[in-house]
Amino acid sequence: MDQRGRILIEDVVKVYDPAGAAVMAVDHCSLEIEPGEICMIVGPSGCGKTTLLNAIAGFHEITSGRIVMDGEVLCSAERPKATPGPDRIVVFQNGALFPWKTNLQNVVFGPVMQGKLARREAIDKGRAMLADAGLSGVEHDYPGEVSSGMRRRVEIVRALMNDPKALLLDEPYRALDSLTKSVMHEALLEIYYKNKVTIFFITHDLEEAIFLGHRVAIMTTRPCKPKKILNVDIPHPRDYGVLTSKRFRELIEETNDAVHEEALKAFQAGEKEG
Amino acid sequence: MEALPGAPQAGETSRLGLTMFRVALWLKSPRPYLMLIGFALFLGFWYLAVEVWKLPRFREMPGLTSVVREWLSPSPTYGLSIYSAEYYQHIAMSVWRVAQAFFLATALGVPVGLLLGWSRRFKEYVFPVFETLRPIPILAWVPLAIVMFIATESAVVYLAFLSSFFATALNTMLGVQSIDESYVRAANCLGASRWQVFRHVVVPGALPFIFTGLQISIGVSWFSLVAAEMVSGQYGLGYIIWTSYVMVRYPTIVIGMVTLGLVGYTTSAMVRIAGDYLMEWRVRELALAER
Amino acid sequence: MKKILANPAFWRGVASIAVFLILWEIGSRSKQWMAPEFFTPLKGFLGAMGFKKDYLPWVGAVPAPSAVLGSWAAVFVDASYWQSWTMSFFRVMSGFIAAMIIGIPFGLSLAMSRVARGIGFPVFEVLRPIPPLAWVPASIIFWPTQESAIAFITFLGAFYTIVINVLGGARSIDVRYFQAAQSMGASRTDIFRRVILPGTLPSIVVGSAVGMGITWEVVVAAEMISGGGSQIGGTRGGGLGFFIWLSYVGGSYEQIVVGMISIGIAGFVSSELLRWLGRYATPWLKAR
Repeated sequence: MDQRGRILIEDVVKVYDPAGAAVMAVDHCSLEIEPGEICMIVGPSGCGKTTLLNAIAGFHEITSGRIVMDGEVLCSAERPKATPGPDRIVVFQNGALFPWKTNLQNVVFGPVMQGKLARREAIDKGRAMLADAGLSGVEHDYPGEVSSGMRRRVEIVRALMNDPKALLLDEPYRALDSLTKSVMHEALLEIYYKNKVTIFFITHDLEEAIFLGHRVAIMTTRPCKPKKILNVDIPHPRDYGVLTSKRFRELIEETNDAVHEEALKAFQAGEKEG
Repeated sequence: MEALPGAPQAGETSRLGLTMFRVALWLKSPRPYLMLIGFALFLGFWYLAVEVWKLPRFREMPGLTSVVREWLSPSPTYGLSIYSAEYYQHIAMSVWRVAQAFFLATALGVPVGLLLGWSRRFKEYVFPVFETLRPIPILAWVPLAIVMFIATESAVVYLAFLSSFFATALNTMLGVQSIDESYVRAANCLGASRWQVFRHVVVPGALPFIFTGLQISIGVSWFSLVAAEMVSGQYGLGYIIWTSYVMVRYPTIVIGMVTLGLVGYTTSAMVRIAGDYLMEWRVRELALAER
Repeated sequence: MKKILANPAFWRGVASIAVFLILWEIGSRSKQWMAPEFFTPLKGFLGAMGFKKDYLPWVGAVPAPSAVLGSWAAVFVDASYWQSWTMSFFRVMSGFIAAMIIGIPFGLSLAMSRVARGIGFPVFEVLRPIPPLAWVPASIIFWPTQESAIAFITFLGAFYTIVINVLGGARSIDVRYFQAAQSMGASRTDIFRRVILPGTLPSIVVGSAVGMGITWEVVVAAEMISGGGSQIGGTRGGGLGFFIWLSYVGGSYEQIVVGMISIGIAGFVSSELLRWLGRYATPWLKAR
C-alpha cells in the first residue's frame, strides 16, 4: 500500500483583510492526515473549513503556519500560496466538469494537458476507468445531459486519472437528495478501495462523515480549529448496513453534542454558507 | 431533469433530429395560430386605418395595398420591386457593408475582449481608453468620419464597424468574467498551464456570451449602417429609404423598411445558427430542459 | 478618494489615456512634421497605398487635442452651447420615460399572459430588426411637428430594449416566489405588485442602462438628420447633434470633436443617474 499522501497542517492561521476588518477564518489549526486515510472535516456553515481546503489546494493564501505534503512544503508564511497541482485534486461543491466537453473528454483532460499520456492512451485509460465505475454508457454525452449524481462520479474519475496523492472534496454531495447520496457514498468507497488515495472530505453532515471516514475532525465555528477528533473504529470495507449498526449509533451519540453546540453558535452569529 | 415525452434520448440524436423535434412541438402548441392572429391584427389595422377609414394622421401614409402592389409589381412605378435588379443591388450593397464591418469587428473585438477579461494588466491599460470612447454615439462620428476617410464608402463601413466593435469587445469581456471560477481552478488542479486554461476553459466558456454579443453586434451594425447611409451614401437600403422620402415615393419607403427588417433578421439568425453549431453542448442542455 | 489615488491601476489607466492623447496630438500634426524632404519616401508609400500623401492616414485629418481644448474653452462661455445640452438632455429623458411608461406595462402583459405573448411577441420581433432611424421618413409624414417626429423615433429606440429586458426579467423570476405567494393567499394583483414587479425591477434597471445608450444614439442621429435635411422645415433643430452638424458644415472641425466629447460626457452622466436611481429602487441587490 502507498505511503503517499500524508498531509500535515501545522498551526495554520488565516486572517482575511489583515489591514482592515481582520476576520480570522482559521485559528491555529493543526491536523495530521495519514496516507491513504479518509479524513472527514465536519463543521457548521461558514466556519472556515473551505478556507482550509482552499489553502491546501492552492486557491487561497495562509497568513501563518505551514502545510506539508509528503515532506514537501506546500505553503508557509514565506510562501503563503501553494501552487495548484495534480497531486491534490479538488472535487467541487457544484461540480466543475467542463460543460463544453463530453464526459470522456473531461476525464482525459488532466493527463493530456500535462503531456503525461498520448491522446490515444489517455482515451483507453479513461474508458477503462469509466467502465470500472459503471459509467460506460455516458462516455460521449455532455455533462449537461446526465444526472448530477453521475456528474460527481465522472468528476472523481477525472481526478483519479491523474494518480493523485490526495483528493480534496468540498461538500460534493451537498446538493444531492439523501437517496442519491447514500448510493454516492457506496460508489465513493468502492472507488476508494480500488485506488487508495488520501481523502480530505468536508461536510456538514455528521452521518455522512462517520459512515465514510477513518477519522472525523469536528471543527469549531469561525474561526475554525479542531474541537474534537473521533476515531471511527468500524472496519472497512463498509456498506450501508453500517448505518443501522449499534457502533454507528454510539459514535453519533458521542459526537452529536459537540456538533450541535457549534451549529448553534454559528446560527446565532448569522453565518452565511461559504 | 425530466425529459418530455417523445424527447430524444441523451446521446442518440443528430442535430437534425433535435430541430425536427422542436419544430413538431411548436406546431402542436397554440403558438403558430396566435402568431397569425397577431399579424392579422397588425396588418388589418394598417390597411383599415389608411385605406378604408382614412383616419386623420394615417391618411398620408402609404397604404398596405399600395405597398404590396408596388413591391410585387413586374414594372414598378418607382423602380423598386422584387422584379427589379436595382432592388437587389441596394440589398447587396448594404449587406456587403455590414459583412465587412461585422467581420472586422469580430476579428478585432473578440481577441480584445478576451484579453480584457483574462489579463488584469491589459485591462488596466486598455479599458480606460475603451470606456472613454465608447459612450460617444456612433452617429456623432459621422462628420469626423467623413473628414478622416477620403471615400464615403470607407466612412460608412467604419461607422458600422465601430459600433459593432464596442458591442463585441464588451460582451466578450463580460463572457470571460462570467466564467465560474471553479472551472479555472479545476483546470489548474488538473495541471493545465495558463495558456491551456485560456484555450480549453476560458474561450469555450465565454462562447455563449460571445455569441449573444455577436447577435447584438450585428444588430447594432445595421443600426449604424442605416443611419450612415441615410446621411451620406449612395446605394444601400438606408439610402433608398431617405431618398424615397425626399422624392415623395412613399410606398418605396415601406418597401425599404420591410426589406431592412427581413435582411436584418436573416443575418442575425445566421449568427445564431453559427453559434448553435459551435456550441452543440449548450443546445442539448437547453433542449433537455425545455420548459 | 485616497484609495483611488493610491491604487496603481488608476495610474496605469491615466498613463494609457495620456499616451493616447499624445499619439493623437502627434498624428494630427503630421502635416507639419512631415513637410521636410526627409519624409518623401513615406509620402510616396502613402500615395501608392491610395491615401493622401501629405499627412498620416485618418488621424492626420483630425484636429489636434490641443486645438480641441482651445475651441472648447471658447464654446464654454457661449450660451447656445449649453442650450444644446439642455435640448438634447430633454429629448433623451422624455423619449426614455415615454418608452418606460409604455414599454414596461407592455412587456409585463406579454410576460404574464401566454395568449398576449403569442399574439404580440411575433409582431414585435418582426418589427424589431428595422432600425429606429429607418422609421424617420414614416415618422415625419405621420406626426404633425418635427419635435414629435423626433420624439417618436427616440421612443422606439428605447422601447425595444426595455420590453426585451422586462420579458427576460419576468420569465427568470423563480417560480417558487409565485408558489410562496399563492400559498400565503395572495390575489392576482398582489402577486403582480409584490412578486412580478420587484422581480422584474433588476432587469428593467439593466435594460434602462442599455436603452439609455441607444436613446442617445437615436437623438443625436435625429438631430443631425433634421439639421442636415433642410427640407423638413422648422427653424433650428437644436441639441448637441445639431451642434456637431453645424460645426461640420461651418468648417470648424475642432468644434466637431468638442461636440462629440460633450455627447460622450452627457451620455455617461445620464447612465450614471439611471444606475444611481436603479440602486435606490432595488436595495436588496447590494447584499449580493
